[in-house]
Amino acid sequence: MLTQNNNRLNNLMVPILSIILGFVFGALLMLLFGYNPITAYQAMLDGVFTSPYFFGEALRQATVLTFTGLGFAIAFKAGFFNIGIAGQLLVGWVSAIWVALAFPDLPRIVLVTLSLVVGIVAGAVWAGIAGALRAYFGTSEVIVTIMLNYTALHFTNYLIRNVLSTGNTTERVGENASLRIDWLTNLTAGSRLNVGFFIAIIVVALYWVFMTQTTAGFEVRAVGLNPHASSYAGMSAAKNIILSMVLSGALAGLGGAIHGLGTFGNIFTQSGLPNVGFNGIAVALLGLGNPIGIFFSSILFGVLDVGAGFLPNRAGVPDEMASIVIAAIIFFVGANYLIRLIMGKLKSNKQATEGGE
Amino acid sequence: MSQTNKVIEMKGITKEFGNFRANDNIHLDLNKGEIHALLGENGAGKSTLMNILSGLLEPTEGEIWVNGNKVNISSPDTANQLGIGMVHQHFMLVDKFTVTENIMLGKEKHRYGFMDQDSAEKDVQELSDRYGLRVDPKARISDISVGMQQRAEILKTLYRGADILIFDEPTGVLTPQEIEELMEIMQSLVNEGKSIILITHKLDEIKQVADRCTVIRRGKSIDTVDVATTSQQELADMMVGRSVSFKVDKKPATPKDPVLEIKNLTVKEARGYDAVKAIDLEVRAGEVLGIAGVDGNGQSQLIQAITGLTKVDSGTIKLAGKDITNKKPRQITETGLGHIPEDRQRYGLVLPMKLEENMALQTYYQKPFSKHGFLNHKEIKEHAKRLIEEFDVRTPSEEHSAASLSGGNQQKAIIAREIYRDPALLIAAQPTRGLDVGAIEYIHKRLIEQRDNGKGVLLMSYELDEVMNVSDRIAVMYDGNVIAVVNADETNEKELGLLMAGVSLEKAHEQVAESKGKEKETVADTK
Repeated sequence: MLTQNNNRLNNLMVPILSIILGFVFGALLMLLFGYNPITAYQAMLDGVFTSPYFFGEALRQATVLTFTGLGFAIAFKAGFFNIGIAGQLLVGWVSAIWVALAFPDLPRIVLVTLSLVVGIVAGAVWAGIAGALRAYFGTSEVIVTIMLNYTALHFTNYLIRNVLSTGNTTERVGENASLRIDWLTNLTAGSRLNVGFFIAIIVVALYWVFMTQTTAGFEVRAVGLNPHASSYAGMSAAKNIILSMVLSGALAGLGGAIHGLGTFGNIFTQSGLPNVGFNGIAVALLGLGNPIGIFFSSILFGVLDVGAGFLPNRAGVPDEMASIVIAAIIFFVGANYLIRLIMGKLKSNKQATEGGE
Repeated sequence: MSQTNKVIEMKGITKEFGNFRANDNIHLDLNKGEIHALLGENGAGKSTLMNILSGLLEPTEGEIWVNGNKVNISSPDTANQLGIGMVHQHFMLVDKFTVTENIMLGKEKHRYGFMDQDSAEKDVQELSDRYGLRVDPKARISDISVGMQQRAEILKTLYRGADILIFDEPTGVLTPQEIEELMEIMQSLVNEGKSIILITHKLDEIKQVADRCTVIRRGKSIDTVDVATTSQQELADMMVGRSVSFKVDKKPATPKDPVLEIKNLTVKEARGYDAVKAIDLEVRAGEVLGIAGVDGNGQSQLIQAITGLTKVDSGTIKLAGKDITNKKPRQITETGLGHIPEDRQRYGLVLPMKLEENMALQTYYQKPFSKHGFLNHKEIKEHAKRLIEEFDVRTPSEEHSAASLSGGNQQKAIIAREIYRDPALLIAAQPTRGLDVGAIEYIHKRLIEQRDNGKGVLLMSYELDEVMNVSDRIAVMYDGNVIAVVNADETNEKELGLLMAGVSLEKAHEQVAESKGKEKETVADTK
């Protein structure tokens, strides 16, 4: 019992320590280059929390991160490393926009649903390729998803330039495909926060239900924790590999569709893979694969993302420095293995000295 | 005779793991230039003793003397410095490296920080020639035969300056020809002044190469004998022990129709050899069929084929009258198979999951544990509580992880899960390995109960006692074949010991009869 309680405490301590260490490290960096970290952090927090607009923007960013975080987490639970979240998000994004532009006259509820579903399917198929290759040919899902990221990037850019438009940006989707709702926009003083935020909350709940209440989730967890015992118990490894990757991609695709229909209302050529894809990995790791943890860690990331914008103007910290500080925080969050290790070391040192006396 | 002749003396070695005495006051001495066999069943304590000698474990009590000096072997490094080297049963080689690279590993030759491959290769070649090992220093490990891989392992210990070599069950993975070669190599090593400890339970090998033999049984050294004047039966006798084995209380079996029919079954193992060679086997309802044999003679592959975890190469398997050859594990389970796997932590349980979840690991998708794809946690919990109660699994609650249970209780949980499904055939592979006496008795009782309820039980074990006590019939596997099926009450340890060592049934009969007739007379070695 004692150890179980201790574990739970440790599990909470690790992400909290990660966040604190990240901020401390960021502060040290700023001090080193002659900026005042207290002013900087103050600017960040004030900027986000005193303005409804920026708070709305932070939640809007958190919305997408929740999807990419959950997407990464579901594959991770089954024992796979889906690096391809960014690419899956992109194909979800472009497909949703495509549908929205192709059928502008459908009723709003139909068009929005259709666009989201197509985005989900696109992401699912994109990740499913890696899953199927892994299940039937044993290829590494890490390498395949990395390669599919670039395929997604250039394929999307090609579609934008040659199929969806003739330039680098598509038209904006019509009112009938938009996820924005007036009261939310007004409440947050015109931010791009949209109904996707509520979809994210619903998906967090669905994720929990899937993992803990369904037989399929039971299989995913069992296979991820011990594939040998699971196959002895009659579960199919191939089925679970593909299922978890498909769900992972579906969540990323939904995130992309919401990014498209809610945040931007269009899609434009990308010079690189969207960061929200990769930050989803950090979000999932910080949230320890727990859906509620992921929801809160994506809010933290949303706040950091939006808050970083205040560093240059309000604290005199240049853009580059702001990026480095944010990166440092993400690094420490991602490095929670390191923190676990240090905590373990500290504990055993303590025991050793106590034992020595 | 003289003290200096003894390169190793282990005196009164005792090793305790908690309450369990793996070694109990063991004595062993090794003369210079001798091949000394260490004989004992699985779990008798041979490996523990050798791990102590090679510095992996520290003894609870006892002294070790090397070359007349009392030593404290606190680490494998110390053992190395004392000239003790171990040729492991499972090779410690890097597949993608060459023989030389493997041998240098950890002791790389270098000049100005650059690896000196050429001179190392020369050293390896020299050593190889000197002991007749015939190893190509430049060959990649993945490209050479198992026999040559083993010779590379031997070279590795020699390169590190070992004078005392421990061979841990070296012939398990070798072909008969390779075994022959290994025996010659061991001879040439002792001719060059090395001393060898050979861990084995194969009697013919001992007769062939060893000078003396120390027998260990249940952690105690029974005797050290001169191999030349001791017969195989006497060795088998000492190994298995006539000492009272707690007989399992059971009525005679009343076997009915076969539940498992295996015809002409061939199974290949990972490397492509035939691990199971065209065997026929039958388990009937209401009987326990034991499979006896030394580890690595095809038992594991046979069980994996029946349970659907390995592909069957040819032949058929019928369970309860239905063909299950190459069916999926789930289909086979549903046809009526329960399986207590050999490695319970790896294959039997998902350790980090709750005990209640583990109890439903195969049935979660069926009613009442789920409906339309949704789990019914209440039913799962109640099911677990029932099993915990009925099978006396000791755990604070069904919500604790399977990892928090003791080994014996983990095994009880698996047995509860498997028996509760009431399968037509229950396969129990090494069901009592590492368990204490109480748990062993309990598990045996449950297996017999299952039999008395008219189910078939297939018991695979490396413990001869267990096979003899629980089974009604015993199939002995040797080198992928079932070389004999005998009735448990018509056989004895001697006969089984000989069969397990590959002696044919007629010869085993003869030898046993002979030894009964002319007591204690040495029988000419058949090999």
